[in-house]
Amino acid sequence: MGLFDIFKRKKIEGVDDTMYLTLREERRISKENNRIIREFERAKNRKNVSEEEYLTQMRDPSNVVEFDNLHTYFFTDVGTVKSVNGVSFDIPQGKIVGVVGESGCGKSVTSLSLMQLVQGPTGQIVEGSIRYQASDGKCYDITKMPRDRMLKIRGKEIAMIFQEPMTSLNPVFKIGQQMDEVILLHEEGATPESARARSIEMLNLVGIAGVEKVYSSYPHELSGGMRQRVMIAMALVCNPRLIIADEPTTALDVTIQAQILELLRDVKNKINGSIMFITHDLGVIAEMADYVVVMYAGRIIEKGTVREIFHDPKHPYTVGLMKSKPGRHMTEDRLYSIRGQVPNPINMPNHCYFYNRCDKAMEICSKDYPCMMEFSPTHQAACFLYGQNSLEENLAKEEGR
Amino acid sequence: MALETEKNKNLNYSDMSEQVETDLEQNFRVISPGRMVAKRFFKSKLSIVGLIMIIFVFLFSFVGPLIIDATWGYKETQVFRIERNSDMVSSAQFNGPDGKQYTYYDKSQTLVLFKAPPSADHWLGTDTSGFDILTRLMYGGRISLTISFIVIFLETFIGIVLGGLAGYFGKWVDQVIMRIVDIFACLPGLPILLILSATISSIEGIPTEHRIYYLMAFLTLMGWTGVARIVRGQILMLREQEYMMAAETTGIKVINRIFRHLIPNTMPQLIVSATLGLGGVILYESTLSYLGLGVPFPRAAWGSMIALADPSKGQEILANYPNMWVPAGVLIVITVLGFSFIGDGLRDAFDPRMKR
Amino acid sequence: MAVEEMKMENMNDDILIVSNLKKYYPVSKFALGKNRAYVKAVDDVSFKIKRGTTMGLVGESGCGKTTVGRTILRLHEVTGGQVIFDGKDLSKVPKKDLRKMRPQMQMIFQDPYSSLSPRLPVGEIIGEAVKEHKIVPKSEYRSYILKVMHDCGLQPQYYYRYPHEFSGGQRQRISIARAVALKPKFIICDEPLSALDVSIQSQIINLMKDLQEQYGYTYLFISHDLSVVEYISDTIGVMYLGSMMEMGDKKRIFANPMHPYTKALLSAVPVSDPDVKMNRIVLEGDIPSPVNPPSGCKFRTRCPNAMPICAEKVPKLKEYEDEHMVACHLYSQD
Repeated sequence: MGLFDIFKRKKIEGVDDTMYLTLREERRISKENNRIIREFERAKNRKNVSEEEYLTQMRDPSNVVEFDNLHTYFFTDVGTVKSVNGVSFDIPQGKIVGVVGESGCGKSVTSLSLMQLVQGPTGQIVEGSIRYQASDGKCYDITKMPRDRMLKIRGKEIAMIFQEPMTSLNPVFKIGQQMDEVILLHEEGATPESARARSIEMLNLVGIAGVEKVYSSYPHELSGGMRQRVMIAMALVCNPRLIIADEPTTALDVTIQAQILELLRDVKNKINGSIMFITHDLGVIAEMADYVVVMYAGRIIEKGTVREIFHDPKHPYTVGLMKSKPGRHMTEDRLYSIRGQVPNPINMPNHCYFYNRCDKAMEICSKDYPCMMEFSPTHQAACFLYGQNSLEENLAKEEGR
Repeated sequence: MALETEKNKNLNYSDMSEQVETDLEQNFRVISPGRMVAKRFFKSKLSIVGLIMIIFVFLFSFVGPLIIDATWGYKETQVFRIERNSDMVSSAQFNGPDGKQYTYYDKSQTLVLFKAPPSADHWLGTDTSGFDILTRLMYGGRISLTISFIVIFLETFIGIVLGGLAGYFGKWVDQVIMRIVDIFACLPGLPILLILSATISSIEGIPTEHRIYYLMAFLTLMGWTGVARIVRGQILMLREQEYMMAAETTGIKVINRIFRHLIPNTMPQLIVSATLGLGGVILYESTLSYLGLGVPFPRAAWGSMIALADPSKGQEILANYPNMWVPAGVLIVITVLGFSFIGDGLRDAFDPRMKR
Repeated sequence: MAVEEMKMENMNDDILIVSNLKKYYPVSKFALGKNRAYVKAVDDVSFKIKRGTTMGLVGESGCGKTTVGRTILRLHEVTGGQVIFDGKDLSKVPKKDLRKMRPQMQMIFQDPYSSLSPRLPVGEIIGEAVKEHKIVPKSEYRSYILKVMHDCGLQPQYYYRYPHEFSGGQRQRISIARAVALKPKFIICDEPLSALDVSIQSQIINLMKDLQEQYGYTYLFISHDLSVVEYISDTIGVMYLGSMMEMGDKKRIFANPMHPYTKALLSAVPVSDPDVKMNRIVLEGDIPSPVNPPSGCKFRTRCPNAMPICAEKVPKLKEYEDEHMVACHLYSQD
């Protein structure tokens, strides 16, 4: 872009305009990033990792996935983006866990970490573990798993549905071919005939009328809602234990969204799998999820069952989000709004990230990051309103124990 | 997610209240887009090599003559008569009285004034007219680079105006301009340049020094079509952007819409195409000079320096005096490659998606 | 001033009257004569907007709501019908004069990333047209721009910054400032919230409401988000495949939706309460292609209450009750 912008830049007197990094800072960041990335890549590219290294134990056997203190960082040119910064939550078997948050809060990166699809070399899982209960009865730590081993889980046991189905379907192959390919790749002993039968069965399952016709059409011949159905069918093809749905209805119209949500719930019951449902729409979450995780700037600020979150939200951010959505319940004339901008988690300060936008900010909020306060076994929120325990103190205490 | 971070890269923590902004803004700053381009440009080794090549050629052509003039006092068309004895071998054949064929060799020494070999005074020797080759290489570079920059500038200017009109107004304007572009694109460039140059040099009344201006005009005429196509394509794309629609709804004049909103946004592509085009113009100019139709003697040009080795005028120089023509060839290669490397590097730097 | 007031009186205070607006796009440029197929993006749409009020236009993608906005401003030429703005028929105004009229009707765009020219600093983006139309005298120019920026929640030091330095919400504020700086009477908001984060959406809604209160703008608010439209508008039009299905006062429509499509649309909006189980009407199938819309009522292919007559006759938009019109055969069309 603007090669010449830098020459034109003017300033208003008396205002220190420090939007840009200096050359020296930029160099320092690059140098540091290169060093860190090299280390991580070396660890990733090791050959012959023995299975013991990534075998582990689930904390609770009824969970499919347990995120434990996950940190995923992006080492970018402007500094380290802590996209996921100490996230812990569980996805129980057969349940829908909704992850809500605004852009840049790390909800998508969390799911990509689970799939080992974080865009390297800038993106790296730095710390923490993701425990996954595989269908063979073993429990793996995905963060330590070698790539070739992960191929057997990705797409087969954990499937993903994306926001824009057009970009995740290959435009030059027919729908049927793409579905068959997935089956042939993952199922042992699958023949082209059995794969075809399975694909058609799945297309039927997702409620597509005229299955044969859809099977032999190209992605562009289908409507948006139809494509999303195909994506769901494709995700179901190998009987996954977990489906990650990343904003699956954001690009769709409301009436189509209603169809797809209905379908997803239906499908989940049929295959007895779990769904990790990522969205920014609170309404969708309220309708779909059993458990809700609210993320802000790379951290979980509140989690609980859907009733706890919607009927008794604790964190001011969760409360604000709910109040700022216009709806039937509106009594005041003016809509509540959270002030300020959605942050990008670079160089975050060592205090509550929501501090500068919070109505209820106290002095302590600008000094420490709050630790998770427990309101019920399932309901937790990180806010000083409910106790003065900072995260650091808590960590220190745990270590001492 | 990559997209999401990209989008938010430019986020700042401003707020209604002044104080909060200054507080949090210290945390996070971005790289200016200009610097981002520079960073990506310098990440590629090839573009650095290209840059070094071009800097070298520039210093050589524009600073070199000053230095050489200051130290030795050599000028572009200064004749050096360097006396040296050269072995002359001539041979003749005749049929002897015995019917056999005999070859007769005559070996003698003659006094030669020109074509001096490299020496401490003349690093690359002198040529058939006794000019210092190194000095002439420098002046030749001057001409080549100047011509190519002027030609590219004119090309781009014509291309922007015509391509811009075609792209913005569409309909019949587009049709007319693009058909003209097609016609020019169909013309075989080199033959036409040859014919035109030959015609020009045969017309009396045009001083030889002015031939260079006609040469530039021809090159421009042949080259603007590419730029016009790029500009038109870009504008067709940009015209659909919402900010163009916004400019229309706010009632901005057409002229301002084109020159304030559209053209500046085509600049990256234009800079790339111009850089890549520079090499092409240098090649054209060299070819014409080689054929004796470009820069007239006694002015120096890389092409005409290589032409000394023209095999059709005898193998002698080609075989025995590489110092006369190899350096010019090397310089042409360096310049053209250098511009290509920089052009490619700039393209990748402006638009990282083009890579891979 | 007095003359203007008189004018307003005469027009019964409708700032915009759209009657039988049509916008057809030819599908293929090369098909000649009768075979030429059209996409009827907007097909016979009529409505009025009262001065100082907000009309919400809802519908799903491809229903022609964006095209309505753009044809009103004559960014696209009108195929048929009339757009009367402030007493003048816009479709007959010559291009030259249209440019002079532009400041009175402004538009806020959907995508804050592509609606700001990337090479101009913020002050210039906002002020460019102000200079060109000489909205304020030269001497007051800068202070005027800074005032507009302040009104829209932008700080003065942004004046020389470039759009890429801002987040989506800030960019949308710049976009609003650009429209507002021209002192318009009427602003079309084309999905101004859909690209923004939830917490930013409410800021922008409030900003728009505040500006309306302060300066008395009239808005045409185009959106697919029913809850936002419900909050911000006074009257609502529901569009489907280029036609107006139901139109009228907001309260009446939300309290008593008549058209089966409106009902389905309302029930499809997810509610932020896990215990409220909506009695949801889930529509079957997809929106038909606008090139080949169904005969009769365009909605009949997905309508749960479709009758034989729906395939034969196009239902007309008729007044069902005061300030509530609906186009459906269910409500006894003659």
